[in-house]
Amino acid sequence: MTQVLSLIDVVKEYPLTPPVRALAGVTMSVESGELVAVVGPSGSGKSTMLHVMGTLDRPTSGDVSVAGHRISRLSDAELSGLRSRHIGFVFQSFHLLAGYSALDNVADGLLYTGMSLDERKELATEALETVGLGQRLDHVTTQLSGGESQRVAIARAILGGPSIILADEPTGNLDSKTSAGIVELLHDLNRQGSTIIVVTHDLDVASNMPREIHLRDGLIESDQLKSIV
Amino acid sequence: MRNGALRSELHPSDLVRTATIGARTRPLRAALSALGIMIGIGAMVAVLGLSESSKSELLAQLERLGTNLLTVEAGAGIGRGDAMLPDESIDMVARIGPVESTAYVVNVEANTYRTDLIPEAQTGGIGVLATEPNLLEAVNGTVAVGVFLNDASGRFPAVVLGSVTAERLGIESLVASPMVWLSEEWFVVVGILDSLALHPNLDRSALIGVEIAESLLDSDDPPTTIYVRTQPEDVVAVANVLPPTVNPEFPDQVNVTRPTDTLEAQEAADDTLTALFLGLGAVALLVGGVGIANVMVISVLERRSEIGLRRALGATRRHIAYQFLGESILLAGSGGLAGVLLGAGVTAAWALYQGWDTLVPIVAVVGGLVAALAIGAIAGLYPALRAAKLSPTEALRI
Repeated sequence: MTQVLSLIDVVKEYPLTPPVRALAGVTMSVESGELVAVVGPSGSGKSTMLHVMGTLDRPTSGDVSVAGHRISRLSDAELSGLRSRHIGFVFQSFHLLAGYSALDNVADGLLYTGMSLDERKELATEALETVGLGQRLDHVTTQLSGGESQRVAIARAILGGPSIILADEPTGNLDSKTSAGIVELLHDLNRQGSTIIVVTHDLDVASNMPREIHLRDGLIESDQLKSIV
Repeated sequence: MRNGALRSELHPSDLVRTATIGARTRPLRAALSALGIMIGIGAMVAVLGLSESSKSELLAQLERLGTNLLTVEAGAGIGRGDAMLPDESIDMVARIGPVESTAYVVNVEANTYRTDLIPEAQTGGIGVLATEPNLLEAVNGTVAVGVFLNDASGRFPAVVLGSVTAERLGIESLVASPMVWLSEEWFVVVGILDSLALHPNLDRSALIGVEIAESLLDSDDPPTTIYVRTQPEDVVAVANVLPPTVNPEFPDQVNVTRPTDTLEAQEAADDTLTALFLGLGAVALLVGGVGIANVMVISVLERRSEIGLRRALGATRRHIAYQFLGESILLAGSGGLAGVLLGAGVTAAWALYQGWDTLVPIVAVVGGLVAALAIGAIAGLYPALRAAKLSPTEALRI
């Protein structure tokens, strides 16, 4: 097993008055093939942790490595390059481009790798089949239900097989039945080899995951590796 | 090697695709924001096109009228009232080598009236000129109705009216054999001339034969104006020798003019007007550019989350900047293209209406497009930089 993500004593402070310490020294690592839930109440620092893990934000101090790259050594443009190939994002509000087909939205997952549109569409078709939307390729985003939209977003995140997939409250906007479907999909993808970190405040979602990290006040409260199915 | 693998790249065709998202998802807004540029460029192209077309029409007109015509008139002599051309002028002018033909008119002290009942003071500003049949050819004139004076009618009370004269006297056709009251005599109108672009004085005259003028009106003045056609390449040389030839004693009392010069001067005056309209077009263009900048700023605000998503997908700041800059340039460019078509269309329509050749200068077309693109780039620069500066986490926050 290779390490795809590591945080070493990561601190993130926001320069407000008084300064807000969102992460107060977080150390953890994720191996390839893991499915991890990061849980915590709002204000626990989990959004900040997701941003730092996803290289969308740099820590105030400490080291973050993604796919073997120490991000403190990378320029802003190189971080973009890292995200384009190694990190897939799934957001609570899906962030699909309105008026575009499911296929076009998914194909945008590798937009910034310089790959041609035809190649990306080919991969996107496969990805949509993987998430169970093989019949919805040409549906415009407005014709999709919430669950379907999130599946499209997940297909976009897995496109090109990134080293790590970060899901930020992926079930936050969905009813419980649809949520269950999305969680099941994440488990499926993990079984097929994807490394996934799910950031959530939903304990039910987290309790099914093989590893649960609990955050409180910017610190890891518990990091539990379960041996469930 | 490590960092080489970490490069975001955007396929050029994808750059175009991302730059057109705004226009595709909000076509009405895009069209309205491009409208200002379209009007500005359209106005400028139309002004340049019309100016060019009318210039080419002028050249064609000069070609038709012939620039080899000179007119000789007596200038005002110092301290001796109106100078006159010597009686023998015509013969002497005709003997100048490159002169092809001559014609002349003599001012007759008389007025023309529609009937003998009109008070003498109401002259209508119509002069009477005595001339010979070759005048029409010398001034390149044409007869609207009837005929010009000939050797026969020149001996009788017959008159040919200039276009303005005919209008003022209310004579449009010769069907009723109209007559005019000219110096206590009835003269038969035998013809009406078309308007003469270079000789407005002839338009305002009634023309009678030299012989009838002498016999009936005791007119024996020397020529007032001599029309000289020269060989085209010798116009200037002839113009220089005309004064001493006509009046060897007082050459400075002879005015030689080239009537086509007047047209060229008029055209120069039109150039000032063209510059004014170009300025107005530039103002419209500027306002259009501000409009586009405005729309782009709003667009960046509205599409924050899209910017955040793109950064998460691996877009660099540069990619974001290019996307919005590209959108602005495309908006202005399409406005510019539409403006060029509009301007060319207006030019073509007006030229067709005037019976001119349509000429849209290539410099206006290329210049218009380049100006539109440049304005798009300038207008989009600030919004694009703002979009690029947005941090990913800030952009993703809803």
